[in-house]
Amino acid sequence: MSASTRHFEHVAVVGHFAIGGVREGQGPLGPIFDHIWRDDLAGERTWEAAEGKMAVQAVEGAAHGAGWQLGDVDVVVGGDLLDQLVSTNFAARQHQQPTLGVFAACASFAEAVGLAGLWCEGGSARAVAGAWSHHLAVERQFRFPIEFGYQRTPTASWTATAAGALAVTPGSGRVQLRAFTVGRVVDPGSTDPMDMGTAMAPAAWDSLQRHLRAVDGDWGQYDRVFTGDLGVVGSAILCDLAHDDTFSRVHDDCGRSLYRPDQDVHNGGSGTGCVAAVVAGHIVPRIEAGDWRRVLVAATGALFSPTSYQQGESIPAVAHVIELQAGRS
Amino acid sequence: MPQHKDVDYLALAAKHRPPTPVWMNAVRAFGVGGTVCVIGQLVTDFFVAHGQPASKAASPTAVVMVGLGALFTGLGLYDRLVRSGGMGGSLPISGFANAMVAPAMEYRREGLVLGVGAKLFTVAGPVLAYGLGSAFVVGLVRLVVGS
Repeated sequence: MSASTRHFEHVAVVGHFAIGGVREGQGPLGPIFDHIWRDDLAGERTWEAAEGKMAVQAVEGAAHGAGWQLGDVDVVVGGDLLDQLVSTNFAARQHQQPTLGVFAACASFAEAVGLAGLWCEGGSARAVAGAWSHHLAVERQFRFPIEFGYQRTPTASWTATAAGALAVTPGSGRVQLRAFTVGRVVDPGSTDPMDMGTAMAPAAWDSLQRHLRAVDGDWGQYDRVFTGDLGVVGSAILCDLAHDDTFSRVHDDCGRSLYRPDQDVHNGGSGTGCVAAVVAGHIVPRIEAGDWRRVLVAATGALFSPTSYQQGESIPAVAHVIELQAGRS
Repeated sequence: MPQHKDVDYLALAAKHRPPTPVWMNAVRAFGVGGTVCVIGQLVTDFFVAHGQPASKAASPTAVVMVGLGALFTGLGLYDRLVRSGGMGGSLPISGFANAMVAPAMEYRREGLVLGVGAKLFTVAGPVLAYGLGSAFVVGLVRLVVGS
């Protein structure tokens, strides 16, 4: 097994919590959320503070789902898209549990879960891993003021207002964290910040292939292979790159699943919270229920900043992969 | 170090990119932009009917259209208009008002000086800089050629 893939023997996912914003709650995955916000500010003064509140709720929800008190959590690993990870760190100021902030853009969630797995393997820790994003906070940082009108291109994704967190601990449970593959940064030279699918599909394919080789598996062994937020365009590109009927049959994309076509989101959902909420609200519960036995999640992240693309840099991307499997208990 | 472009991959990806609905966008832009212009014309006619000479009615019309653009931005409606109407909503002077008022609303939370004051021109700044710049150049040409 390659040393950039870690296999876990005894790491269980024992709690999960997913939060959706107003628009996400109205989408086809609305019923999966443990909590849906009725308004985008959720009683806070700023979008950034609202995102931090979402982070606290997600961490707390996952801990409670595991039957822990918030104070029982030994380490929180989390990430978001805002500069200096303000929502993750400001949430940590509030919940007061030891926290590792991670950044891999929209791949942060898989990185957080993988690190939580490493933390738990061979120890006795109680870890919560999660990621969160708020559409309006991210939009004003990466694009334009909210009320400024502009036309979105058909390839543009919609940053989800969503959060998801998993409680992870050594042991056996209904869902096991089986493996974690660290992604390489891949850059095909795409420069369009309104087309993340094109920028990220090669990174997703690279990491998925490396993971499959590392665990010596084949696509037919998986019930689903989820990518994070490649959307409609990136998913089509990925299946073209894979050129494999079995892969196309088991592949699904979290961002593409989050909204209905008539919700005016074009390529689908994106953002750190998108894959996190779908894993915590949809994938883990489906494994718990016995619908799926083995699922791969390749969270995809576009590693650009407003400065980098204004300076003409192309958009590098990364995909980190986690493998989830039904446990024996 | 500039990144090497994977030309083969980008060609493969381009096949999966949905085309921009250019004709539909043009029709919508015509509808939205045309409606804004009709409203502008009605406002001008109003001022003319109330005693303004036609040559002077443009200024108060601009004031009213900017006011309407600002109002609809504040009501959270102007961005929806542009989302469907594209340039039909952006190009008229009401769109300029949207470009000014949207940042003013957005950065209020960062305070009046470092928020609104510093970021008021984040969207409209380039339009003003190059608009004034080209006006200066055209004026200069007219001064030289016209004299």
